[in-house]
Amino acid sequence: MKKVVANMTMGNDMSPLYREVIACMGVPDLEVKKMVYLFLINYARARAEIASHAAAGFEDDVNDANPLIRAMAIRTMGYIYVERVVEGLIDPLRHCLRDRDPYVRKTAAMAVLKLYMFDRSLVEEERFLDMLKDLLADSNPSVVANAVAALTEVSERSPHIKLKLNMKIAGKLVTALNECNEWGQIYIIEALMYVTPQNSDDAETLIERILPRLQHGNSGVVLACVKIIAYMMNYVAQADVLEPILRKLSPPLVTLLNSGPEVQFITLRNIQLLLQRWPTVLQNQLRAFFCKYDDPIYVKLAKLEVILALTTEENARVVLAELTEYAAEIDVDFVRKAVRSIGRIAIKIELAADRCVRALLDLIQTKVNYVVQEAIVVLRDIFRKYPNRYESTIGALCDNLDTLDEPEARAAMIWIIGQYADRIDNSDRVLGRFLETFLDDPAEVQLALLTAIVKLFIKRPTAGQDLVPKVLKWATESVDSPDIRDRGFIYWRLLSTDPEMARTVVLSEKPEITAEGERLDAPLLEELLLQIGTLSSIHRKLPSTFIPFAKKRVLGASPALTRLTIAPPPVSRLPRCSTVPPGPPAATPGSAPPAADAQPPATARSSSAHPSSTMLDAIGGAGAGQSNPYISDVTPGPMANNDAVLIDLMSMDYDEDPSQGDMAIGSGGMYGFNANFGTSGMNLAGFDVLSAGSGTSAGRSGHAASSGWAIGGGGGGAAPDSQTLNNAFDAAGLDALGSIPTSPPSASWLAGSRSPAAAADLVRQFTPPYEPMASRSAPLSAPAAPGRSMTAPAANGGAQPMAATSASPFGMPLFPQTLSPESSAFGAAHSADYLHSSSAFTTPTSAHPLLGSASGSEFVSAPTTASSGSLLGL
Amino acid sequence: MLSAVFIYNQKGEVLISRLYRHDVKRSIADVFRVHVISSAAGGVKSPVTTIGSASFFHLRYDNVWLCAVTRSNANGALVFEFLYRFLGLGVSYFGRFDEEAVKSNFALVYELLDEVLDFGYPQNIEVDTLKLYVTTESIKSRSAVAEPPQSITMQATGATTWRRNDISYKKNEAFVDVIESVNLILSAKGTVLRADVQGQIVMRSFLSGMPECKFGLNDKLVLEAPDSAVAAAGHGRPLGTRSGAVGGAGGGGDGEGVEIADCQFHQCVRLGRFNTDRTISFIPPDGEFELMRYRTTESVNLPFKVLPVVREQRTCIEYEVLVKSNFSSKLAATNMAVSIPTPPNATTCRIKVTGAGKAKYHPEENKIVWRISRFQGLQEASLTAVVDLAAMSKPAPWSRPPIGLDFQVLMFTASGLLVRFLKVFEKSNYQSVKWVRYMTKAGSYQIRL
Repeated sequence: MKKVVANMTMGNDMSPLYREVIACMGVPDLEVKKMVYLFLINYARARAEIASHAAAGFEDDVNDANPLIRAMAIRTMGYIYVERVVEGLIDPLRHCLRDRDPYVRKTAAMAVLKLYMFDRSLVEEERFLDMLKDLLADSNPSVVANAVAALTEVSERSPHIKLKLNMKIAGKLVTALNECNEWGQIYIIEALMYVTPQNSDDAETLIERILPRLQHGNSGVVLACVKIIAYMMNYVAQADVLEPILRKLSPPLVTLLNSGPEVQFITLRNIQLLLQRWPTVLQNQLRAFFCKYDDPIYVKLAKLEVILALTTEENARVVLAELTEYAAEIDVDFVRKAVRSIGRIAIKIELAADRCVRALLDLIQTKVNYVVQEAIVVLRDIFRKYPNRYESTIGALCDNLDTLDEPEARAAMIWIIGQYADRIDNSDRVLGRFLETFLDDPAEVQLALLTAIVKLFIKRPTAGQDLVPKVLKWATESVDSPDIRDRGFIYWRLLSTDPEMARTVVLSEKPEITAEGERLDAPLLEELLLQIGTLSSIHRKLPSTFIPFAKKRVLGASPALTRLTIAPPPVSRLPRCSTVPPGPPAATPGSAPPAADAQPPATARSSSAHPSSTMLDAIGGAGAGQSNPYISDVTPGPMANNDAVLIDLMSMDYDEDPSQGDMAIGSGGMYGFNANFGTSGMNLAGFDVLSAGSGTSAGRSGHAASSGWAIGGGGGGAAPDSQTLNNAFDAAGLDALGSIPTSPPSASWLAGSRSPAAAADLVRQFTPPYEPMASRSAPLSAPAAPGRSMTAPAANGGAQPMAATSASPFGMPLFPQTLSPESSAFGAAHSADYLHSSSAFTTPTSAHPLLGSASGSEFVSAPTTASSGSLLGL
Repeated sequence: MLSAVFIYNQKGEVLISRLYRHDVKRSIADVFRVHVISSAAGGVKSPVTTIGSASFFHLRYDNVWLCAVTRSNANGALVFEFLYRFLGLGVSYFGRFDEEAVKSNFALVYELLDEVLDFGYPQNIEVDTLKLYVTTESIKSRSAVAEPPQSITMQATGATTWRRNDISYKKNEAFVDVIESVNLILSAKGTVLRADVQGQIVMRSFLSGMPECKFGLNDKLVLEAPDSAVAAAGHGRPLGTRSGAVGGAGGGGDGEGVEIADCQFHQCVRLGRFNTDRTISFIPPDGEFELMRYRTTESVNLPFKVLPVVREQRTCIEYEVLVKSNFSSKLAATNMAVSIPTPPNATTCRIKVTGAGKAKYHPEENKIVWRISRFQGLQEASLTAVVDLAAMSKPAPWSRPPIGLDFQVLMFTASGLLVRFLKVFEKSNYQSVKWVRYMTKAGSYQIRL
């Protein structure tokens, strides 16, 4: 037998031996039996008939006097998904669930789960789940633990079964904890996630009883406890109860940092999440996160993030000294992140900014290439944040011009020079040197250079007059990127028509940047906190994004749900169900009202929260609520179960089913959840954009543009990628400027391609440089805009403003009006002012409000009103 | 939960492949090999890799890769704890866990994998219990008595899965080892950036029956409680160890408690009791086990002070390293080693040691290792070295790794922790003998340059 198994492991096909192997099942030796079973599990997948032959042998074994053999037989049968074996399993399984021996019972509990994976309806018909439920009251803790684990997984996977535990059951389970082995404790603790406390006392009791488990030596137990505690804290009514709890959370988390590096990594990732929600946890524990020289790189990077989150005014000096130390190490990723962190501290803590800048300048003196480049990038942000404070350092930066070879660093340097063009004597020469390689540079640098040179020209016309025509000519004629080309055109036109306007636009006041961009969106954070310790908390992704069957977890509604927090961070969330009924889609620009209506409640709910969450709610409203009616208009088919989305989920849960006793397993509860997040492609796309926008990449408009298209695509049913679309425009001889109407791509696309003549006409109007804007072009585009919004109603709330903005360049009077809210939003989006022009005109509209949301400003309703106004005007 | 467990050798060949669920195919082993093992030359980016909807958790140990696969949103800490535990299990069964051991015991490995995971859920990984029914030839011969299966299953599922109830010894003894690791990060300027003590209390129990044990430390919280059980101290003979011998540098005096920042216990300790009155009570497993781990951060007695001076010049680097011991002169550190990093372009090295030990330059590891077999308390020693550097066309940056220290000091606790009592209660009321030993060693003891 041993040889057979050995060969099997090596990949040799041993299945022809099955008759002989099955004959061995009768041998009364445990070891031989185990190997036979292994053989069967291995080959039954591929060759069902082998397993069928073994069925008789299994029947003997499940009735064996030895409980080990009974258990083993049940366990093995559960692994074999072959009709005959499964049929033979049902009866013995029922007996085994009531076996005298706990070892058999616990194995049988798992077998129910295995059977469930094979055939759901079978398990439900045979009422095995009820039997599992009975096992929850078993006298043996291992049996309870396995039953809990099985039920939890059934609930996770089943479309219509949802586990709900009440306080009584929860109390019993917690009592069983004391006698369980460590793994059993984890299963039981995880199951407590299915308890929705009905009042603050319930939550406090559970927390109280779970707290001792934080002392457990198994990090799985500790993190599971942390998860439950973080969950239950949402239901606690008084803040003064929370403080001692948070204090008790800290030491165990720090202790986990002494486990293996893998567990350290998981702990650190979760600490970052906890800190966003509960900033006071781990106070004064900063030093525990200082990196050891021999930590693996993934641990070091994760530690850096925690250090950053824990930095306060008091400890900024210590942190800075530490980060400077890291910047001298040799691992490139780590050093870069350390440098970047220094910059982020400067932005986050004003008092430390001086010291940070000094540290950065010291680092630049090291002349280590990547350090210098990284430092320049972060200095740009510091200049943004604290204008007119550190300009004296520019000289030092300029010493390193020649070494900059990374696009981001080059773009940052160019931005700095452009921004201070009037204070740097030779700014024209420096920019001129950058310009020499203009055509070889990546788009990011080209955009920066274009804007910087225009700034130079506006500030010092004499110095810039040679450069400007050159860069505009290249940007509009020799560059492929539509972003650059469009921005070139806009500048060109602005400069030629109204230099004063150009000044106000290009040199407009930039909103402040904050360090808030690193925070996760409140709803995402809230769900991730319900997933502490799991893969999704490690990856910072909702489980639904990488696991096909994953269900969304929410804080169960309960009168006790308070979401208290100690410090002031955001406590707002996505409106789960829209209040807008799926009415007939409006076919005129008048369709704006529902969108506008839906926003106030959303924003009102979180009005006290910080701005970015305000934005989120608005977007969430647009994504989850408004989108649906429009989607169902464009693609009626796939959204058939739309109504489910709008039904309040909590009312659909099977509450305490009186006949079933304490725990209700009912059907029908879960549709809403999935539909809300999973089924509507619209929603997901919307969220992608959100995350793109809130990350530091907000500045890259290309990014935003493509995700914007994804939305438009989702709404339109077909998904034309931007490349094709651009090609289409190019073919029509039309420059992207007027024709980026994203919202209903199909409609505008058609418009674009069907009337090449009109388009060509437009281009002709367009091309002569320095020619005042032809007022004739306005009528040209005007029919397009209303037509667009008529034929295909906007895909979401963002569509209307877009139509307006894309039309506006033609109608001069509209310009300032639409641009100003735009520019403030975009400037806020972290990168720099040059962003606004490109994205405002080239990005698909729907991406707009999304992008803006990253930074947070009071721009929620502005675009809608402004645009509907201007649309009407048109 | 887990869908599969694979064990690979260094080259990425699959040694063991055990699937638990039908949502993965055997070929998923290749996905991990291609994406992680073959690209691991430059260091592993993350211990968790998600490719598509399959997530791989891996560990490297000796010359094997241990990899667990799941398609669900598994608890990551649980998975790694399982892998750590499985490694421990393998070590205790085969003596070590490497390619050789896995290959020659593959049937046993499969058997163990079958037993410790059911449908991907970890079940029982207690070595003592498993050895009752998962047996190898060598182990079988030792415990020739065939256990009645009922008692095995009770054992495997019962409340005290870690102990059999029929153990008996002629002489009942218990040994307690307090082992502390001092972690230190000292900045180049000599300020303490981080100092903490990781303590470990390892117990070897050779006690009959089902003994109920109570264990007491000089925990500040207990000592400050109004009516603590101070009177109960000094139960066993050698346990009355006076603090004079322990914690020579002070901080461990009678009545002076240690502030324990956090502690974790073996699963046999009743956490509920500890939470209410901080008594540590338990029924110990037989033989050696780790009773508890603790961590202290306040008033750590650093056993060694290191004062390095490093002068970097164009063609050479001069080192002056002074080491002072900071504990009672009655005690001594053993197996001490100071490793002093040198730049990669170092060529030759002239070293002079005064005080104690011998130093040698190890060019292959870019460091000077200074070994001192015995270092008395309150003593000092120094090393001076001049390292010549090869001329380089471009001055490569040197990351200046920290100086590392390794040592062991017996009968010294850096935290000042003391065992105050260990009481054993058993039905038969036998006398038991208890011993305690203290040791402090270096954890990650780093002094930055």
